[in-house]
Amino acid sequence: MTARLAPMFEACGAQQRAALIGYLPAGYPTVDDSRSLLYAMLDGGCDLVEVGVPYSDPVLDGPTIQAAADAALRGGVRLRDVLSVVESIAGAGGRAVVMTYWNPVHHYGVDAFARDLAAAGGLGVITPDLIPDEAQDWLAAARAHDLDRIFLVAPSSTDQRLAMTASVTRGFLYASSVMGVTGARDVVSGTASELVGRAREHAPGLPVGVGLGVRNGAQAAEVAAFADAVIVGSAFVTAAADGGPPAVRALAADLATGVRRPAPQPA
Amino acid sequence: MVCIQPVAPTTAQPDARGYFGHYGGRFVPEALIAALDELTTAYTDARSDPKFTARLNGLLADYAGRPSPITEAPSLSEHAGGARIVLKREDLNHTGSHKINNVLGQALLTERMGKPRVIAETGAGQHGVATATACALLGLQCVVYMGEVDTQRQALNVARMRLLGAEVVPVTTGSRTLKDAINEALRDWVTNVDTTHYVLGTVAGPHPFPVMVRDFHRVIGLEAREQMLARYGRLPDAVTACIGGGSNAIGIFHPFLDDPAVRLVGFEAAGDGVDTGRHAAALSAGAPGMLHGALSYLLQDSDGQTVEAHSISAGLDYPGVGPEHSWLKDTGRAEYRPITDAQAMDAFQLLSRTEGIIPAIESAHAVAGALQLGAELGAGALLLVNLSGRGDKDVDTAVKWFDLLEGQP
Repeated sequence: MTARLAPMFEACGAQQRAALIGYLPAGYPTVDDSRSLLYAMLDGGCDLVEVGVPYSDPVLDGPTIQAAADAALRGGVRLRDVLSVVESIAGAGGRAVVMTYWNPVHHYGVDAFARDLAAAGGLGVITPDLIPDEAQDWLAAARAHDLDRIFLVAPSSTDQRLAMTASVTRGFLYASSVMGVTGARDVVSGTASELVGRAREHAPGLPVGVGLGVRNGAQAAEVAAFADAVIVGSAFVTAAADGGPPAVRALAADLATGVRRPAPQPA
Repeated sequence: MVCIQPVAPTTAQPDARGYFGHYGGRFVPEALIAALDELTTAYTDARSDPKFTARLNGLLADYAGRPSPITEAPSLSEHAGGARIVLKREDLNHTGSHKINNVLGQALLTERMGKPRVIAETGAGQHGVATATACALLGLQCVVYMGEVDTQRQALNVARMRLLGAEVVPVTTGSRTLKDAINEALRDWVTNVDTTHYVLGTVAGPHPFPVMVRDFHRVIGLEAREQMLARYGRLPDAVTACIGGGSNAIGIFHPFLDDPAVRLVGFEAAGDGVDTGRHAAALSAGAPGMLHGALSYLLQDSDGQTVEAHSISAGLDYPGVGPEHSWLKDTGRAEYRPITDAQAMDAFQLLSRTEGIIPAIESAHAVAGALQLGAELGAGALLLVNLSGRGDKDVDTAVKWFDLLEGQP
């Protein structure tokens, strides 16, 4: 079946630009506020939002997202709240996927989660600590409920693992720009374009999104020159903390300009 | 798929993906997979390399002081229903606990992989001290992550690590204990994996850590089995050990797995009591889930969020447990029981006064368990207790618990 995110990438492709994807954890600072922030993100120009599931042990996240997840958990956010946030976004015509560490889904029940996410209008799941080798039950559930499965690759991924991961990915392949945890960086590493190039060799036609470290329009333009999607997380969390929905909307607008800025095309 | 199909029991080895029955695996970011594969290969090669084995055995003997002796504790037996209690003296190893066995192995592997930098987590500080020691010996850079709560309650070990040249990083996130120290170490590893080996200190984590760390600690049980046969002419009726992540327990249990008459009993930290919710008894009161890269029993809430553990013992204050223990529990080959802070501290004092051995508070859980088990089995029973560490580091905690500065209890 066609990827749920295929129409988005086709539309962006027709405009000869990269897609802009923004992340925020559900329930931060409250469940209702997180809805407003995600709406602002879409309003400002994000093509897709990643609704994060706050988790007690986020080993791939730096201090910014850790602190937001902690605050959301202290506020009592539950997995069902995450689903309700997705439902609100989908109901308002926005596109949403969920980004989650695996134990909350495992505990909820993998098939039940896929069913409920699909029913809420979610389009797929990004799984930072689930590799395809461990994902048979998730792949089966995703097929059954027609959800995209977005796996991560890293600069350390071997060609063999890139090919294997790409072969089970649907929607887009999530390329970590650097070796490290999430967090805004001043310079987006050169390893990112090399990784995207390797991914394209193994999976021609599969969109590749680049995340980890992007925080402004200039960096977005840089990444948009070689990737199909620019993914921004920590910078949105910081904007949400500092200035609420207006700041998030403004950042999204800046980034949206970035992904549309003429930039050298990849070879 | 991990929890669904039945799997035949195995007493020895995980499958190729690191599963002991339903438990284990690799639930980690893709960024770490290349390093885990590299480690698996390096470990597999090293195991069959006589030079590596000779070097490790040489260090275990001449540097760490192995074999560690067994000591019968006749006065303690009077408090254990007359059952004879024999202590396996891992407390007498260099650095004061069993942790050195694994650390020397992994430090040699680090050298073999050509990595100049080592990171480690530590709870009580015993693994951190052992790692700092091995790094000093082999000239490796060493960074140890330790929960801020633990840096306070195990201040002596923080000083020891710094004396040995290690950098100790207090971790201020989450519960500020062992769980969060592992999170921080994993974040460091994802960032610096090219130059850095993560010397994980227990039989948890992603494959190959549970099997590799176990193998480095099997020497405990291999020695003890021979020592028991030589001295008593028979195997013990039961082997006991404390369980946090479970490294000392698996080390002493494993060589007895195929001796069905030998009961294997692990004692978890029950903190204030399992029914209070303030405990660290993952096997007694948890449910299967993923933490730190493996599927295993875990203290978690109804949403799959990890629940904070509580124990007076920093080394057992962990909401998870190694996957092989989960499998041994499910198959019934080993039993796991809770021991409260109060029971452990009573045993801590009893062993100190009856035998002149101050145990680590972690190990005092195994002693308390042996007292229970002895009372059940009665005179004539022969119990082997893994005394995994010594208690110097716990003197501050004991002073507070027993109010020693105010007078004799």
